[in-house]
Amino acid sequence: MKITNKIIENHGLKLDEYENIKKLLKREPNLLELGIFSAMWNEHCSYKSSRIHLKNLPTKGKHVIQGPGENAGVIDIGDDDAIIFKIESHNHPSYIEPYQGAATGVGGILRDVFTMGARPIALLNSIHFGSPKHLKTKSLLNGVVSGIGGYGNCMGIPTVAGETKFNETYNENILVNAMAVGHAKKDKIFYSKAKGLNKSVVYVGSKTGRDGIHGASMASAEFDENSEEKKPTVQVGDPFTEKLLMEACLELMKDNSIISIQDMGAAGLTSSSVEMASKGELGIELELDKIPCREENMTPYEMMLSESQERMLIILEDGKEAHAKKIFEKWDLDFVIIGKTTNTNNLTLKFNKKVQGEIPIECLASKAPIYNRKWTKKNIQKRKINLKDLKKIKIEDALIKILSSPNHSNKSWITNQYDQNVMCDTVQKSGSDAAILRIHNKDKAIAVSVDSSANYCKSHPITGGKQIVCENWRNLITVGAKPLAITNCLNFGNPENKEIMGEFAECLNGIKEACEFLNYPVVSGNVSFYNGTNKKNIYPTPVIGGVGLIKKLSKPISHKFKKNKSNIILIGKTFGHLEQSCFLRENYSIIEGMPPEINLLNEKNNGESLLKLIDKDLILSAHDISNGGLITTLSEMAMSSNFGAKILKPKKLTNLFKYFFGEDQARYIIEVENNCLSKVKKILADGNIYFEEIGVTQEDNFEIDGDLKISTKELFEINNQWYNNF
Amino acid sequence: MKSSVIVFPGSNCDRDIATALEKLQFKNQMVWHKESKLPKSDLIVIPGGFSYGDYLRSGAIAGKSLIIDEVIKAANSGCLILGICNGFQILTETGLLKGTLLRNKNLKFINKDVHIQVINNRTKFTKKYKKDQILNINIAHNEGNYFTDSNHLEKMKDEDLIAFKYCDEIGNKNKNSNPNGSLEDIAGIFNSNKNILGMMPHPERMVDDMISNKDGVNLFLSLLN
Repeated sequence: MKITNKIIENHGLKLDEYENIKKLLKREPNLLELGIFSAMWNEHCSYKSSRIHLKNLPTKGKHVIQGPGENAGVIDIGDDDAIIFKIESHNHPSYIEPYQGAATGVGGILRDVFTMGARPIALLNSIHFGSPKHLKTKSLLNGVVSGIGGYGNCMGIPTVAGETKFNETYNENILVNAMAVGHAKKDKIFYSKAKGLNKSVVYVGSKTGRDGIHGASMASAEFDENSEEKKPTVQVGDPFTEKLLMEACLELMKDNSIISIQDMGAAGLTSSSVEMASKGELGIELELDKIPCREENMTPYEMMLSESQERMLIILEDGKEAHAKKIFEKWDLDFVIIGKTTNTNNLTLKFNKKVQGEIPIECLASKAPIYNRKWTKKNIQKRKINLKDLKKIKIEDALIKILSSPNHSNKSWITNQYDQNVMCDTVQKSGSDAAILRIHNKDKAIAVSVDSSANYCKSHPITGGKQIVCENWRNLITVGAKPLAITNCLNFGNPENKEIMGEFAECLNGIKEACEFLNYPVVSGNVSFYNGTNKKNIYPTPVIGGVGLIKKLSKPISHKFKKNKSNIILIGKTFGHLEQSCFLRENYSIIEGMPPEINLLNEKNNGESLLKLIDKDLILSAHDISNGGLITTLSEMAMSSNFGAKILKPKKLTNLFKYFFGEDQARYIIEVENNCLSKVKKILADGNIYFEEIGVTQEDNFEIDGDLKISTKELFEINNQWYNNF
Repeated sequence: MKSSVIVFPGSNCDRDIATALEKLQFKNQMVWHKESKLPKSDLIVIPGGFSYGDYLRSGAIAGKSLIIDEVIKAANSGCLILGICNGFQILTETGLLKGTLLRNKNLKFINKDVHIQVINNRTKFTKKYKKDQILNINIAHNEGNYFTDSNHLEKMKDEDLIAFKYCDEIGNKNKNSNPNGSLEDIAGIFNSNKNILGMMPHPERMVDDMISNKDGVNLFLSLLN
């Protein structure tokens, strides 16, 4: 078949990229080879637009065992324990087919984690939908939530935390990011790098079908009105088979049979085999006749590009084949030796005893294109909002508006569809700042949280980038965990647009700066570009997933008020920053101005001091102040507990709305018993930490001296109606 | 006390129940579904999960598996059998317990802590509980809506075969306290001999104050003596 310009374009390749392929091969590729190039050179697999920016991120640290570049990142949590984790996007498939898109997103990220030898212990997700008023939102929300639950519940891995947000920027392009966290023994971590010649390359797991062909290329282009037609590129998930695959792999990993292992994710057999060979600086030869196929008459092209789920590629030590086969047969899974490692440095594909394609590995990996795309700095909009210009409202009405809004409503309608308790190590689940998972049979735990702030990132990408790292860090601190490392999922629009590329570059600069300052390295991640439809790009939405360590799990800290008549202390300074706040958005539909400023020094000092208070067992509860400001934070602490609060007005009263709804950063609320109060104040004063005593807990009512009185029951009801009525 | 936990492909609460049993001093063994002999046991547990993926009716394929014949034999000779969640579904598929588990009335998977009341505390499974005691316990299922014919329902009432009913924190039973639409708020039932208990809630998740509460402990302690 002659390769025409149309064929090249259909493969998502640019004509100059095709010229480059010809130059590298010193000939024209055939269709199979072109397909393989398209699978490896697309944005999703090659990171061609993001790579030069990603390399600036801090990826090393005392706790880091493996940074980016492997299936997932690995950190050391002491003793012989390691935590393996990563977040990944499945945005495009989930918009086309929400249930399967979300389900296979979960399946894919779980494989990334158990491929490395970890038993997954937690799932998290960050899902973004369009306006609730948009026609598609309801069915997308339903499909995505069922899909996430369907896969994780069946696998028996608790889905413990996440965020669900609505914004019209996602009307035509939702975001579905899934994060998996696993636990492994430090000396039993498995990598994808191939080693040794003539080693058996083994295919295990599900059979290969025609689903998901060109999935990665689909995810590397914008949507248009014909996106529905892309349904066949979405894979279909089978969590039952994945459960078997996980158990079989973990069983085989108990001894030393495996040289290297790689899951077949995006670009399936192609990327897994190339990845292994490229890292090992070897060649790999596959006999495609041997691939277990689900459908008849599959061509080499289809086999190499299929994204059928629940499959793995393993390179085995000599003589271990029979032993490994027995394990996979026990779990009723296919096990076929489909090839071997070679010294040719080529990817060699045989079918019907003939070589059907042969490509030097380096052309697919190290020589894949890298672009330094043009980008422009954000034009910032410094407009200040003057409250005097706005219609007067009552503080109570403003609070109710926020608590009853889709973005702030209680999300138990969603989280009740996820099994959060299976594995019996969930100490704290969704609804808190961070979830806490005990390490099985030990008295230590990890805390996990995912966060994003698209509005902040849109208005000022550098500040937004810093802010999400800080917020994630704060969320781990408030449950008493020392933040160790993060994974990031970078959801952006079209990188060929220089403003979008600018958002990417600047957000990343912000993330870098905050991670460096807080000593909070990035160990894994994923980039998702081309989120948008017909040139309308989504807001820049980097999502941060963080993992922290609780060395000794004695009394988990949560954000719920615990006792009557205890003291409420506000840590951090309040300036009353209202631009980009939830208050202006929900009450006046104003989304303007700069996000609140980030002071990394204050972040670090305030956070570390709070951690000290928690370590010394001096506080009853803690909650970080984020969207909705001080008053929303206090309401959340009240309505999740049996206690209300009586809050005093600030002594230096500037403006009540600014004080209570401002979204200044680096702030926390803590609850302290009388007998610990002087110790707490001393530690904060010694650390030069700004704090205010703002009130006490009380029974039944949430109250601001003279301005507001509302029962906690009523607050709870206000917060719990939206989803049930949607 | 010797216990065996049956492991089907797709079981996923097998480790949880094993951990709980061992914590409470049972001598436990895991039994793979392809085995044709059961080790000698005083208690057989069929754990929760998605046996064979539950792509057909929940528990339908497990109900026809090799090891199940051995479980039926043991049950008929008086061995204690506990089926939790998917295990309960499997027991109804084998006919060891009557009735069936339909999809939850809201057609969604439900995971939350609910309250159940101990209806019959004069059995080997429940004797450490007080009559009418209210337990706070976790549920996690898609098909927990128990249904049976009226003859069987009458028989269960006459013979005191209802083990647990869903209720609220003070024991009221109404539409709001019934999470899945189950007939007469039924959360768990016995067979006529009262040597088999099937229940949708997860007692193995309630044996540790650090992660939940200890409301499930007495079920295991009842079995121990």
